[in-house]
Amino acid sequence: MADRAEYARKGIARGRSLVVLQYADGIVFVGENPSRALHKFSEIYDRIGFAAAGKYNEYENLRIGGVRYADLRGYTYDRDDVTARGLANVYAQTLGTIFSSQAEKPYEVELVVAEVGDSPDSDQIYRLPHDGSIVDEHGSVAVGGNAEQISGYLDQRHRDGMTLAEALKLAVQALSRDTNGSEREIPAERLEVAVLDRTRPQQRKFKRIVGGQLSRLLDSGAGAASAESESAAETETDSGSDEE
Amino acid sequence: MDFLGEHQPEMLPGNRQLPPVQGVIEAPHGTTIVAVTFPGGVVLAGDRRATMGNMIAQRDIEKVFPADEYSAVGIAGTAGLAVEMVKLFQLELEHFEKVEGAQLSLEGKANRLSTMIRSNLGMAMQGLAVVPLFAGYDVDRGRGRIFSYDVTGGRSEERNYATTGSGSVFARGAMKKLFRDDLTEEQATTLVVQALYDAADDDSATGGPDVARRIYPIITVITEDGFRRLGEDEAAELAGSVLQARLEQPDGPRAALL
Repeated sequence: MADRAEYARKGIARGRSLVVLQYADGIVFVGENPSRALHKFSEIYDRIGFAAAGKYNEYENLRIGGVRYADLRGYTYDRDDVTARGLANVYAQTLGTIFSSQAEKPYEVELVVAEVGDSPDSDQIYRLPHDGSIVDEHGSVAVGGNAEQISGYLDQRHRDGMTLAEALKLAVQALSRDTNGSEREIPAERLEVAVLDRTRPQQRKFKRIVGGQLSRLLDSGAGAASAESESAAETETDSGSDEE
Repeated sequence: MDFLGEHQPEMLPGNRQLPPVQGVIEAPHGTTIVAVTFPGGVVLAGDRRATMGNMIAQRDIEKVFPADEYSAVGIAGTAGLAVEMVKLFQLELEHFEKVEGAQLSLEGKANRLSTMIRSNLGMAMQGLAVVPLFAGYDVDRGRGRIFSYDVTGGRSEERNYATTGSGSVFARGAMKKLFRDDLTEEQATTLVVQALYDAADDDSATGGPDVARRIYPIITVITEDGFRRLGEDEAAELAGSVLQARLEQPDGPRAALL
């Protein structure tokens, strides 16, 4: 069993990391992905998004299974009856069965299933590691090769009610940190970004952010972040004077 | 739909066993749907009445639905079956889009609908026919297109305008006289209200604008920007202006004789 877990973990670690963050109006998915055609993020249903790190053919399989599950359920009952919790359970069952079955090799994938609610409190993010367990996450989550370090970085800096530009900026900063601590630049063309935006008037809240919109957001995020660090510095001095 | 057929075939409209019945089953029927193209898009609209025999079954039924971002379906015929067919059609388009990561072509969507109508042929023979009108904006060709169907699933693309349902004959007559190829979006929406008014005028199963209950036709516009349904206020204003003009001229605008 330990061998199998090790095998799966190594497979996942070879892939690039991705992060999923809550922001004021929804949930944002950010990852480094040089391919325009093979997506890491995808729409599952109205309010549910999917993100995966690891082997493409394996998570694509799971993704299509998820879309089928959601569409069938929504058609049979009602669109509101499709929930991230239900979907995460199905994925956990599938991954768990494959992991413990001796006949098959374990899937080298780690999934994130996220559902955007009417308010940030009702947002749900589930992380599903290769062995079929479910982890209920809040605020931010990272999966893939360098996940531990990145999620540590995010946990320290992520706060509730960030704007999309701020969240995106933070995500890119987190992703551009290498294992040895050095930073590298990720150009906008190599980023894959998608959001579940609760303010979208359509029923389907999932939207990819590409091209001009992405670069505008990245630029405004850079501006906001520097302004914010200045104001943070000010509050620090303020609190200092209070103590005196 | 193929997946559904494999796993839960009883959910598919065409796969039901019909009980043998004498005569025609009484079920609510939807009535008139009209569509017209204009440079830059297409307008699809329908009245709000459903009838069951000589009775009005529902005054405010909705018979025009968005199929996806760039297309819409208007339904005439057995309301229950038609609504189910539209639901399944919407599901198929959305499912394809999510799995493949790209939209079906407008032709592809029209063909799919054709197959679904054909699978309902058994029901249609017993008087439970569904005859939709499909309209969409063809993103590749940059124009609005209309497809009409018959009960057997036969599909034909209509130039300029099309109608379906019990009041379709009268609506078509009105559209024939009012249509021009340089309509603006606003003129096109006015035209469909005029056509629906004429249909309601001569067909007892088609409902006219109901001012007292504030029930107006459903008018949808599909352009490059996607599907848009006119709000109640906009529809009320359009219907109001048509109604006002009809107080002067009950038969509507007159076309030139020659």
